[in-house]
Amino acid sequence: MTDPAALTIHDAGRRLSEGKISSEELTREIIGRIEKNEDRIHAYLNKTFEDAKRQAKESDERRKSGSTRGPLDGIPLALKDNLCTSGIETTCGSRILKGWIPAYDATVVARLRAAGAVILGKTNLDEFAMGSSTENSAFGPTRNPWDTDRVPGGSSGGSAAAVAASMAMGALGSDTGGSIRQPAALCGVTGLKPTYGRVSRYGLVAFGSSLDQIGPLAKDVRDAAVLLEAIEGYDERDSTSVDREWPRATVDLGAALTGKKIGIAKEWFAEGLDPDVRAKVNDTRAVLEKLGCTFADVSIPHQDYGLPIYYLIAPAEASSNLARYDGVKYGLRVSGANIVEMYKATRNLGFGPEVKRRIILGTYVLSAGYYEAYYLKALKARTRLRQDFESALSGCAALLSPATPTPAFKIGEKSDDPLQMYLSDIYTVSANLAGLPALVLPCESSKGGLPIGFQLIGKAFDEATILNIGYQYQQATDWHKRRPQMDKA
Amino acid sequence: MSDFETVIGLEVHVELSTATKAFCGCPTKFGSAPNTQVCPVCLGHPGVLPVLNRTALDYSIKLGLALGCQIARRFKFDRKHYYYPDLPKNYQISQYDMPFATGGLLTLPNGKTIRVHRAHLEEDAGKLIHEGADEKIGAGTAALVDYNRAGIPLLEIVSEPDLRDPADAVLYIRSIQSIVRYLGISDANMDEGRLRCDANISVRGKGEEKLGAKVEIKNMNSFRSIEKALEFESRRQRESLARGDKPVQETRLFDEETGETRPMRGKEEAHDYRYFPEPDLLPFTVSDEMLSRLRREIPELPAARLARYISGHGLSPYDAQVLTGGKEIADFFEAAIGAGAPAKLSANWITTELLGALNAAGKELRDSAVTPAALAELIGLIENGTISGKIAKTVFTEMFETGRNAAGIVKEKGLVQISDTESIRKTVEQVVAQNPASVADFKSGKKQAIGHLVGGVMKATGGKANPGIVNRLLKEILEKQ
Repeated sequence: MTDPAALTIHDAGRRLSEGKISSEELTREIIGRIEKNEDRIHAYLNKTFEDAKRQAKESDERRKSGSTRGPLDGIPLALKDNLCTSGIETTCGSRILKGWIPAYDATVVARLRAAGAVILGKTNLDEFAMGSSTENSAFGPTRNPWDTDRVPGGSSGGSAAAVAASMAMGALGSDTGGSIRQPAALCGVTGLKPTYGRVSRYGLVAFGSSLDQIGPLAKDVRDAAVLLEAIEGYDERDSTSVDREWPRATVDLGAALTGKKIGIAKEWFAEGLDPDVRAKVNDTRAVLEKLGCTFADVSIPHQDYGLPIYYLIAPAEASSNLARYDGVKYGLRVSGANIVEMYKATRNLGFGPEVKRRIILGTYVLSAGYYEAYYLKALKARTRLRQDFESALSGCAALLSPATPTPAFKIGEKSDDPLQMYLSDIYTVSANLAGLPALVLPCESSKGGLPIGFQLIGKAFDEATILNIGYQYQQATDWHKRRPQMDKA
Repeated sequence: MSDFETVIGLEVHVELSTATKAFCGCPTKFGSAPNTQVCPVCLGHPGVLPVLNRTALDYSIKLGLALGCQIARRFKFDRKHYYYPDLPKNYQISQYDMPFATGGLLTLPNGKTIRVHRAHLEEDAGKLIHEGADEKIGAGTAALVDYNRAGIPLLEIVSEPDLRDPADAVLYIRSIQSIVRYLGISDANMDEGRLRCDANISVRGKGEEKLGAKVEIKNMNSFRSIEKALEFESRRQRESLARGDKPVQETRLFDEETGETRPMRGKEEAHDYRYFPEPDLLPFTVSDEMLSRLRREIPELPAARLARYISGHGLSPYDAQVLTGGKEIADFFEAAIGAGAPAKLSANWITTELLGALNAAGKELRDSAVTPAALAELIGLIENGTISGKIAKTVFTEMFETGRNAAGIVKEKGLVQISDTESIRKTVEQVVAQNPASVADFKSGKKQAIGHLVGGVMKATGGKANPGIVNRLLKEILEKQ
């Protein structure tokens, strides 16, 4: 019999409804798997197994009484540790929030609970979601289940590694410049960053408010769609969440791709792209053509400005969002001779080097005399980039690009070189700047056996189309079914 | 010194009286136990987001309309950054370059017009309480923070530098207080900090166009301290200029005890607030429908009432000003005349007796035991001759103290005026007989001697004799003698 921990959400859901397995069994299996592998992977910052077992039991009771809540009822999931969980420590991977216990649930967490999901715990991340390797966590890095000398990507590295290693059936991450998609690519799982405004940000600890979105990391496209449907939708607590109708994510997954036109921008295959990645991403084209897709050349003239724009806007917003961590109200406090000394000592000890770097950068670009030259100019360039995407998507159903320039890199390889690290998000930041949905899924493996991902970018609120294309790709291929070898007893 | 001119501009802050805070659902009641009106949003917990209170927006726009401002059809919020423990997020949600209202005009009761530069909506901060700091903040052992106030909607109304003397500055603030109370958008009580003011003041040579170096004054907590601070600062700057000193741009604190201002920070220490658009709130648009709805909801404002009281009710400008100085007083006045009392008499009774009694008792009008209808009844008793004006004052005092009605008091105490000519005549004859000296004085041409005789009659009748009849009979009898 298949290892229950390795099941997808939709397979597990079927078995649950057929009475072939219980949520308690599923949960126990996955907890066992975490206990076995966590020492090597370090995907979790906080494990809530007792709660999880209780939730599983309650789910089974609901099922028995005929009042089950839908496709996520009884499914064991993990949450990135920048999503607030009432009564459960939420650290953002930072010393400054060590021990902080939120008084409320993030909207997505409340929705998952209402859907009957079992919460296994909180996953590791780069501090305040700032990073591309999960090495910036104050509580030690997460390791890539495919090769534990390598990074899982970041910042949602804990969630991606947990899903890849079947240490969670699915997980939520957050994506400000690629933080769901880049680790999905590096860990060989499916990750979706929804359209800005589709999922409520209430309770997501803010990094770059105009860029942040919460989204799923899953074993395949169908699971990602199921998770999206559970968490999406207007929330009166988030003024930037959108109150409108959109095509449902799970309904048209199986629609034929005949005649769907996909755009490819030449700018995405320029220098800096690993030849192996270039070749494997190109191979996806043949698969999709066989499924009936046609391809068109498009152009994103401002592609090269993506990273510079991102590294002005995101740190500017971050410097403001992180101002509240001052030792006065919650989290770490280091005393000082006076209030200013207390601020300094607290923030100096509480924040790691990457967070400090971005606070300083963001503070600088918002300063009087520099605002127009940097922040305002970045906003204007962002509009141009958004227009590039609008025009490229006007004639296409979706755009196809690499997800990352290289497969997973070694732990420590880029941690002393922020610019190299930033380049790791070169294909993903644009979707955040343009507010568009983007799906990353695995396509083949590198020569070294590491996963490689590709990215589908869709029109605003048209997740349905990229999920449809991704689903059909996964029906035609097996790459998403490959799992790293784990020491399963 | 008279060759100088003082230039004042004011930033008035008004806390709106919405039931809930600007960006969350917490109540805004004043005086609750510390940190009992807070939630993750107004405490700035990680992950929270602001949602604009639509009533605060309605209130803001009403004020903009009342001040004759241009209301922006599209505006946004910005984040203003500074570190202070009473500011939970270490930034304040405010409006920087796209305020909801610009370019208004305020006419002071003395007829002077002051231009309003802009008005914007922001969130208030919490309050610091310094423990053991009775004397000086520096002597404190700990600072505590009460976040009940954090997030209460706050309007900032910025005037142009059109004010020329401290008394007008106070008049300007009082006018704003009166307008927001008329609009019903704020209690604007200064002693509760719901109305606050910072001032920019400079002095220049008479006839000069260019403004002098601007000094910002903070920590003025009452109308009296505003006037004192501005007077002190105006004098200080004039003296400094007269000495030939070069004035410096700075921020100064007013010290209530010494009545002086002292330096707080210089220009070079000025904050860089690093404003940028609040990404958690999308820009807002104001529709035609919204504007016309709010315009309809604006009641008659003090200036219009003042004009109506003078031309419509024939009140003196002084009485009209006193009555329209506060919405409650004007409403009281209108209710009294609505209950049938003549306007002029009502105005007299309210401005002298009622306000005097309230003042002496240290009470507010809303605490008055005398209702407009009760006052109208009392005035009615004078009008129909049941009691004299003098007795009415006694009755009023009783009403004010006990809340009882006039007719009841008059009946119980037997205060009904004696208008029976025959019985008064007897008393008058007695008094005349008992006071030959006064009668002689009157006869010899000292007409004022009659006052003594009137007093005697009133005393003998317990003040109840109709004074008109007493006067007439006295003259009649004296003429005959």
